[in-house]
Amino acid sequence: MRVLRRLIAALTFMMMAPWLMGGAFAQAPGGVIGAPKPWEMGPQPAYSALKRQIIDLHDLVLVIITVITIFVAALLVWVMYRYSAHRNPNPSRTSHHTMLEIAWTVVPVLILVVMAIPSFRLIYFLDRTPNPDLTVKVIAHQWYWEYNYPDNGDFAIESRYVRDEDLKPGQLRLLEVDNQMIVPVGKSVRILTSSADVIHSFFVPALGVQRYAIPGRTIEMWLTADKPGVYYGQCNQICGQDHSRMPIAVRAVPEAEFKAWAEKAKKSASVTESARVFAAAETTATTGIQR
Amino acid sequence: MAATTHDNAHGHDDHHDHDHKPGFVARWLFSTNHKDIGTLYLIFAVIGGVVGGALSMIMRAQLQFPNSHIVTSGQEWNTIVTSHGLLMIFFSVMPALIGGFGNWFIPLMIGAPDMAFPRLNNISFWLLPPAFVLICIGLVMGESGSGWTLYPPLSNSTYESGMGMDCTLFALHLAGASSLLGSMNFITTIFNMRAPGMTLHKMPLFIWAELVTAFLLVLSVPVLAGAITMLICDRNFGTAFFDPTGGGDPVLFQHLFWFFGHPEVYIMILPGFGIVSHVISTFSRKPIFGYLGMVYAMVGIGVVGFVVWAHHMYLSGIDIDTRAYFMGATMVIAVPTGIKIFSWIATMWGGSISFETPMLWAVGFLFVFTLGGVTGVVCANAGIDYMIHNTYYVIAHFHYVLSLGAVFSIFCGIYYWFGKMSGRQYPEFWGRVHFWMTFVGVNLTFFPQHFLGLSGMPRRYPDYPNAFAGWNYVSSIGAYISGVAMLVFLYVCYRTLTSKEKVADNPWGEGATTLEWTQTSPPAFHTYLELPRIK
Repeated sequence: MRVLRRLIAALTFMMMAPWLMGGAFAQAPGGVIGAPKPWEMGPQPAYSALKRQIIDLHDLVLVIITVITIFVAALLVWVMYRYSAHRNPNPSRTSHHTMLEIAWTVVPVLILVVMAIPSFRLIYFLDRTPNPDLTVKVIAHQWYWEYNYPDNGDFAIESRYVRDEDLKPGQLRLLEVDNQMIVPVGKSVRILTSSADVIHSFFVPALGVQRYAIPGRTIEMWLTADKPGVYYGQCNQICGQDHSRMPIAVRAVPEAEFKAWAEKAKKSASVTESARVFAAAETTATTGIQR
Repeated sequence: MAATTHDNAHGHDDHHDHDHKPGFVARWLFSTNHKDIGTLYLIFAVIGGVVGGALSMIMRAQLQFPNSHIVTSGQEWNTIVTSHGLLMIFFSVMPALIGGFGNWFIPLMIGAPDMAFPRLNNISFWLLPPAFVLICIGLVMGESGSGWTLYPPLSNSTYESGMGMDCTLFALHLAGASSLLGSMNFITTIFNMRAPGMTLHKMPLFIWAELVTAFLLVLSVPVLAGAITMLICDRNFGTAFFDPTGGGDPVLFQHLFWFFGHPEVYIMILPGFGIVSHVISTFSRKPIFGYLGMVYAMVGIGVVGFVVWAHHMYLSGIDIDTRAYFMGATMVIAVPTGIKIFSWIATMWGGSISFETPMLWAVGFLFVFTLGGVTGVVCANAGIDYMIHNTYYVIAHFHYVLSLGAVFSIFCGIYYWFGKMSGRQYPEFWGRVHFWMTFVGVNLTFFPQHFLGLSGMPRRYPDYPNAFAGWNYVSSIGAYISGVAMLVFLYVCYRTLTSKEKVADNPWGEGATTLEWTQTSPPAFHTYLELPRIK
């Protein structure tokens, strides 16, 4: 017994070790942080209307599937207990029950319908940008992101990850970038993704957005950040050797601050190859912005 | 299924064997005997599984802590990820479930002396070893880092310029040709060589499962072959099927790949459905509940499985109405799958259940497959999928249905038929140890990955932000437990094959009603010299 207790203690310690090592989470100046937390068991908290709706649907589905799993597991345990060979030595020969078979076909259909209605509503809600206040073109490269602001003087910034040795205290390893993507808080921002080389995926969990960045295509999505702060994400489609080293950091700031930043950035930024990439995209079939 | 055999060969078997068993080279290299080819497939599947499993141990060791350097570069990592996927699918699960059990038991269960085309059977196996070598070349050269989905442009010559990538693509061609030939053979055998009296609706469920699987293969593999041929042409002969600068489209590849890739997942699980059905019926000492429902659920899964492929592409910029259609169609699959789960439980209901090792695997299968199935419904919702696409949630989902579901069914089949195939008794105690270690290990590995995925951890990452460290650590510990369980399995094989304990023709008693149990254990080299008649 004592051995067992020691074993459990040792295992618990081993489990906790990485957590104790986990970095400190400093609050970003002037706002929230949308980033994964140690031992998180569910979705990152929502900081946009999109993510809230996604989480609502997810929670509904989670309840349904949990009930189904528990129901099936309970049935299994019950038949294993009740109909084990020594409790029930004489097996029945029943192999049909029409009503039962109809029931377990129809009931799942009804459950799926309950799930499908909000589900269809959600994807149509997520699809179109309602009256965009501005557009940001996101161009993926091996292995960095390029953000273009066509509505604010058509300048571009490049965003690369911060190497481990350059991290400042409190910064998050493999999430921090040199130039963040700045958006005005509360405004609906249309994002157009494309790629200059291979396929990448623009993924910011806390804001509930993710789309591929595909060369020769433009894909539309939108986001609205509720609160000022930084929302972290990562490239989420295998794109070569530094796939894990092209994080995304979206900083939402008040509109005045955004305007001031854009003015300054316009002067210092160079025109990049965004024009070329999007011109290429227009010659092939585009989706999203077409309809 | 009641059967009377007029097989009077039992008394003559020994004599018979000595007369007709060819020498080693002729028997194993030029083999045309379905049992020998089945054995070759099973050995091959174990080798493929051990190599693929070793890769997963390397991956879990790398991911145990953030910022580790067991794997030295991202390219090397990507190659390991790619090879792990391809090895497990094409060189472990498929050879075991289709080539292995299919070859061994389709003729035995339908009362046929052998497969319809024995020489074709031989070449469908012998295409696999060269394919395996080619995959390993890609792995060792570190040049096939595209992920098993092979999406261009990453897999084209600009971004993956080495020969290793071509080797990997060609390996898929060979493996595809192998399954194509094998499945034609299966279809012909099942349609033409059933024992007199065995109508389609009297066929054992395992045969139905293999039949549907064979149809899925015949219809989907050529599409993969086309896609890979175009990719090879893009890489080597200057075409631009998937290159936007030449007027091609990378998303076209995704459509073609998943038109194969989605039926492929049913190809891997359907034979498992068949095996589990027999095991549950045998150990519950009851006939299968709702036989016809089970059959048409499998047919339904096969048919619907062909029209849901773009649910892998919700993020690829396909039209919103198209996404809506694929979402609806995907959810429909839950219905026939549910029918199967409930029918299995109903088969157990009222039975007289004993829990030998095969039954443990079957019940374990029901549990993990239900879990993997319900998370599939979550992934099917395009809206939720935007949040979990390509994250560890998806990894957890498909490992629950494949690495747990399909693999549990393989072990289920191995323990169920080990005595029949080898004529020797497996050690029951070690079989149970194997099951419980695997069950604990794989659940500990994959359940926490749901949390990682919801929290936003992307797949195919050799290193991750520190916040993901906790669950990754737990997951790695689980992986090591399942790794040790695999060693236990190898020990079980060793103990069985060196055992002196002979197995009776039908060790499982009244519940085992299919034709293979009317044969000796192991069956004679040539069985059914006289055809059995089904009442």
